[in-house]
Amino acid sequence: MATKVKTPLDDKIYYIVTGVILFLITVIVLLPLVNVVANSFSEPAAVIAGRVKFWPVNFSLRGYEAVFEYKSVMVGYRNSFVYMFLGTFINLIMTMLAAYPLAKPNLPYKNTVMMLFTFTMFFGGGMIPNYLLLRDLKMLNTVWSMVIPGAISTYNMIIMRTFIQNSIPNELAEAAEIDGCNEFFYLVRIVLPLSKAVIAVVALYYAVGHWNTYFNAFLYLNDPDKKPLQLVLREILILNSINEEQLLMSDENVAQQGMADLLKYSIIIVASLPVIIMYPFVQRYFVKGVMIGSVKG
Amino acid sequence: MNSTPAKSAARPLTLKQRQRISRHKLARRYWRMYVLLALPILYLLIFKYYPMFGVQIAFRKFDPVGGIWNSEWVGWHYFEKFFTSSKFKRVVPNTIILSLYSLAAGFPVPIMLALALNTVRNERIKKLIQTITYVPHFISVVVLVGILYQVFNVRSGLVGVAYNAVFGKNMPDLFGKNYFRHIYVWSGVWQSMGWSSIIYMAALSSVDQELHEAAQIDGASRFQRVLHIDLPTILPTAVILLIMNSGNVMSVGFEKVYLMQNSLNNRVSEVISTYTYKIGMTAGTSDFSYSTAIGLFNSVINLIILTLVNTVSKKISSTSLW
Repeated sequence: MATKVKTPLDDKIYYIVTGVILFLITVIVLLPLVNVVANSFSEPAAVIAGRVKFWPVNFSLRGYEAVFEYKSVMVGYRNSFVYMFLGTFINLIMTMLAAYPLAKPNLPYKNTVMMLFTFTMFFGGGMIPNYLLLRDLKMLNTVWSMVIPGAISTYNMIIMRTFIQNSIPNELAEAAEIDGCNEFFYLVRIVLPLSKAVIAVVALYYAVGHWNTYFNAFLYLNDPDKKPLQLVLREILILNSINEEQLLMSDENVAQQGMADLLKYSIIIVASLPVIIMYPFVQRYFVKGVMIGSVKG
Repeated sequence: MNSTPAKSAARPLTLKQRQRISRHKLARRYWRMYVLLALPILYLLIFKYYPMFGVQIAFRKFDPVGGIWNSEWVGWHYFEKFFTSSKFKRVVPNTIILSLYSLAAGFPVPIMLALALNTVRNERIKKLIQTITYVPHFISVVVLVGILYQVFNVRSGLVGVAYNAVFGKNMPDLFGKNYFRHIYVWSGVWQSMGWSSIIYMAALSSVDQELHEAAQIDGASRFQRVLHIDLPTILPTAVILLIMNSGNVMSVGFEKVYLMQNSLNNRVSEVISTYTYKIGMTAGTSDFSYSTAIGLFNSVINLIILTLVNTVSKKISSTSLW
């Protein structure tokens, strides 16, 4: 019984130490984000002077007004939405077409097809051969270069396949077969409705991926009117090339610099808005996806 | 009992033959499945496997008029060119250092985070910490690097101003060559630790509670139970992830490095992927063959490392990817 008395003290120390560590981690994650939000709602002079910490200084919406008046940002926003919705739609259809047959137990040649998929996870043609392919297909500078080359992610396909395998009993397929329901109908009538959860997960994975990437657009698009938001953001946030005329500010240099900085903070928020809005809902499903994915198929 | 060769030949069909026939029957019965698979397979062949054949321009001198198939063969020319170039000695070490550093920092942190989170007794606090630490995962690289530039701005950024207030002098330029690696790696840890911990949390939720109770009765402290119960539980998951990551030791993703590159840090920030891009796609001077050769060299090395690590791991711990 002596040990019984001693253990809680050890444990207390343990809980305090982990508590402090977790607190610090949370703070480190949170502070930069709070700072960005606070800056985005402040006035230009306070932003440029670095006076904004974790609460807006002289609350103003001028940053956001500037964002919404910034034409190329709005064009990028629209383009990104188009690429995201169209891309995800194509992704889902293609992924489902692959996942359902591959989830069928003892379908002949299933493993061969599976290997064809898995190999692409570890090896690929690389930048130039892909570029040349799209050039030959006349897909450069078109919407299709944004939505077709990544039509199926093997990882997402495996998540979907694992889900179908594990949560739709094979007896159902056998019963349907006896009743004369063919595989096409079975896919539409049974598999799709029962896979809503995993479709949501995979759709969100794809959608966030489309929204956040810039690499394909960077390689395949050069028409400014087709650029997705992330490329426009790159020009503003990274290359620092802000179209001064679009800011409509006083000609005072400092004010203009402050406005440019403020614009960056606000743009960060606006660009992340779709994901932020989805977040509470997304989070639950994303976590589910990781769980399904971690079950080795 | 012992079937002699003569005996089995006398049978109408061997087991293998019968299997093949039933396979054909099955395949014919499920022809609709192959109809469904047709589009995805076509996609794979065109967009994944065709470019793999396109890789042969690494061994040809690319002819813009004739295209891949009509270019002249030059053998290992471009590989030799790369191995003997001064860039080789810089780009390859940069890539390996950056990726090993990322792995060394990024691999243990989520494990520790998961182990710590798992011992939080208040469910609501646990949920809150999880929700917060997942957020950075959803930020795009462009926005992430944008935030870095803003927050670490020497004059007006949160950290820059704080540094000045504490030390009374300006913060050094974190995006220059001295700090580039640290800022690259630790911003990556910041972004991914919460998300990467999910998979370990999932593994930890499968720990048998009776094990903990038994250990507690035997007088094990919470920390001892973490070391001897929780840690071994997540070890297989950790090994699998380590194998998968090891396949990428020679590759550092293009997107983030490219955004963080500038003329000051180029000496340490030029990695294979960005160099491949610059060789292949810079207007005017682009060299498709050379770029492809560098890219191919990179992916072959990755494949070899992955296979090696997987084989070793199979021998040692019987944990394997395939």
